[in-house]
Amino acid sequence: MTPLLSFSLVAALLCFAVAIVLALPRLLRGPAAQDRILALDFIAVNAMLIVLVLGIRHASTMYFEAALLMALFGFVSATAMAKFLFRGEVIE
Amino acid sequence: MTDLATFADAIAAVLLLASGALSLVAALGLLRLPDFFQRMHAPAMVTTLGTWCAALASIIHFWVTDFGLRGTVVVILLGLTAPVTTVMLARATLFRRRAAEVSDPGETGL
Repeated sequence: MTPLLSFSLVAALLCFAVAIVLALPRLLRGPAAQDRILALDFIAVNAMLIVLVLGIRHASTMYFEAALLMALFGFVSATAMAKFLFRGEVIE
Repeated sequence: MTDLATFADAIAAVLLLASGALSLVAALGLLRLPDFFQRMHAPAMVTTLGTWCAALASIIHFWVTDFGLRGTVVVILLGLTAPVTTVMLARATLFRRRAAEVSDPGETGL
């Protein structure tokens, strides 16, 4: 692994972590419930990106499955919460 | 061969930096934009272009051992699911704003 790649791995990980921290006020305060759901979805995507980049850093392709599962769970939770806001129940 | 590996690593590094910068810009947009429908635009940048950049970087890096199928599956899954979440959230927001207007015209907190 070249020094350029290892530097940009650390830089990308830092960027994702800072993005998660910047999304936290929107999650904790957010004016409305849909803002909180949006921030939670954004944080889930960023966590999935962190797992993808960690896979490159640790030189293991097993991280792809973890990233796939995190993307799937983020989608299901965000959609379920949006459905709850819309109808008041998730499964009708 | 080593020249090719170094070149591939350089491309992956540029893609990773682009992904990180996109994520930061999207987080700033999520934090600073004034209205909810404007804020919805910011995370879409990460779920499409940012994820493509990171997945392409790992596909390029693991090209010898794994032919990029699994990274592509992650990106295609996100590309299929992100519009569904966005449409559901937009519909829920319209519904809630209309319901708040009907019940109490003075309250505009939603």
